[in-house]
Amino acid sequence: MTLFLSYLINGISLGSIYAIIALGYTMVYGIARMLNFAHGDVIMVGAYICFCATQYLGLPAVVGVLVAMVACTALGVTIERLAYRPLRQAASLAVLITAIGMSYLLQNLALLIWGPNPKSFASVVSIGSISLFDGALLISGETIVTVLANIVIMVALTQFTGRTKMGKAMRAVSEDRGAAELMGINVNHTIALTFAIGSALAAIAGALLCSSYPTLQPTTGSMPGIKAFTAAVFGGIGSIPGAMIGGVLLGVIEILGRAYVSTELGDAFVFAVLIVVLLVKPTGLLGKKVSEKV
Amino acid sequence: MSLLKVEDMHVYYGNIHAIKGVSFEVNEGEIVTLIGANGAGKSTTLNTVAGLLKPRAGQVTFNGQNIVGMPASKVVSLGMALCPEGRRVFQQMTVRENLEMGGFTRPAGEIAGSLDHVFKLFPRLKEREKQVAGTLSGGEQQMLAMGRALMGRPKLLMLDEPSMGLAPKLVDQIFDIIAELHAAGTTILLVEQNALMALQVASRGYVLETGRITLADDADKLLVNDSVRAAYLGG
Repeated sequence: MTLFLSYLINGISLGSIYAIIALGYTMVYGIARMLNFAHGDVIMVGAYICFCATQYLGLPAVVGVLVAMVACTALGVTIERLAYRPLRQAASLAVLITAIGMSYLLQNLALLIWGPNPKSFASVVSIGSISLFDGALLISGETIVTVLANIVIMVALTQFTGRTKMGKAMRAVSEDRGAAELMGINVNHTIALTFAIGSALAAIAGALLCSSYPTLQPTTGSMPGIKAFTAAVFGGIGSIPGAMIGGVLLGVIEILGRAYVSTELGDAFVFAVLIVVLLVKPTGLLGKKVSEKV
Repeated sequence: MSLLKVEDMHVYYGNIHAIKGVSFEVNEGEIVTLIGANGAGKSTTLNTVAGLLKPRAGQVTFNGQNIVGMPASKVVSLGMALCPEGRRVFQQMTVRENLEMGGFTRPAGEIAGSLDHVFKLFPRLKEREKQVAGTLSGGEQQMLAMGRALMGRPKLLMLDEPSMGLAPKLVDQIFDIIAELHAAGTTILLVEQNALMALQVASRGYVLETGRITLADDADKLLVNDSVRAAYLGG
């Protein structure tokens, strides 16, 4: 039983990371109607920046994460401005290909800057683990911080989109860009803000991911990125709570699948979920069915 | 004096020449209507004036300022509001949130007063304040769309087919409100397929046919014009 619990907790922890990444995918999709496949690589860049700030500059871990957040925000906004905004009116396939190209560009730039050898990422979490049931169940500090971060981000984003003027403007843009513009909402600024938020979250996700799984290399972000995309689709792309639920469920499915069925097939379970969701409920768990008015 | 002046405006959709040199003006305090058949270019004209589309040639002057090429989001803050065809309220947002978006460019301190004003005009919206807009009836959504446009306290209110798809009783109600807004001093540019009602409420009218203005006159003269009667008023 404690073994199951510990798998479950590991799953929730991994899933919380997926959820934070999935938020970036889902918010950008909701507002800009595009899949930003470079999002996973922004995570990797965030982890490298945090690594450099703490290892080379000797900054405290929290400051390292903050530096990474600022750098990723700038990176996300720059990518949007240079690569995606010029394609605002273009076919969605062109945007998709650009996003994939941007993903490879970031990976190769990282390869150029930081080299191919994996770096060993020192955890940004300094609190110790909690032991329950006389030490039968150990919850790591990383797990605690990751899950808490996930909850805080979720609550903050819900408040932001539900209560603030800019948050409401974001929802307006995601529903009807033209009508939002007629309200006086600057659509370009709103999209840039969405990229900024998503990229700052990616930096947090990168630091948390590498704190739990300390091998950092230029491809570190790509698999979690794809899985978080799966989580976003699973939960209903465009939906913030959907990304959260999808991410956590996917993490649990992956860890339980690895533990009880097959270690090698862990990734396969994740993508099997994607296929099943697309077959059974293409709009995802919380996705709304969009009825086109004729 | 003219609040809005459009001179020789040309609009293209790709290679399609949709608006072929349209000129008209709206004076302060007037209701002006653009009437015409489906596809004549009425909505295109309004969308271009509002800045959603860019004209390839021509002048659009609002309140003495040239607004060609200005993005729609900026035109709004000059005091022009377009209540678009098909209402386009934010379906997943509440009535109140929709209205708040209408006041996006206004200072925060003004919103409460504007909300009161809109709720007085449309008491129905007050009752449904917390309801999600997608669950409103067509008539209520039209009221919401108009209320939302009024939240920006526009000098010029442009209404694109406000009566579309509504029951006759509701159409009457919408036109009563248009007259009421006009009496309160709002300048209105009205696009309608219901030419009879539009000409009854307007002071002047323009007839638009396949991207060109073919007739411009006082509304009461258009109401008795033979070709207008034949084409738009059912003989």
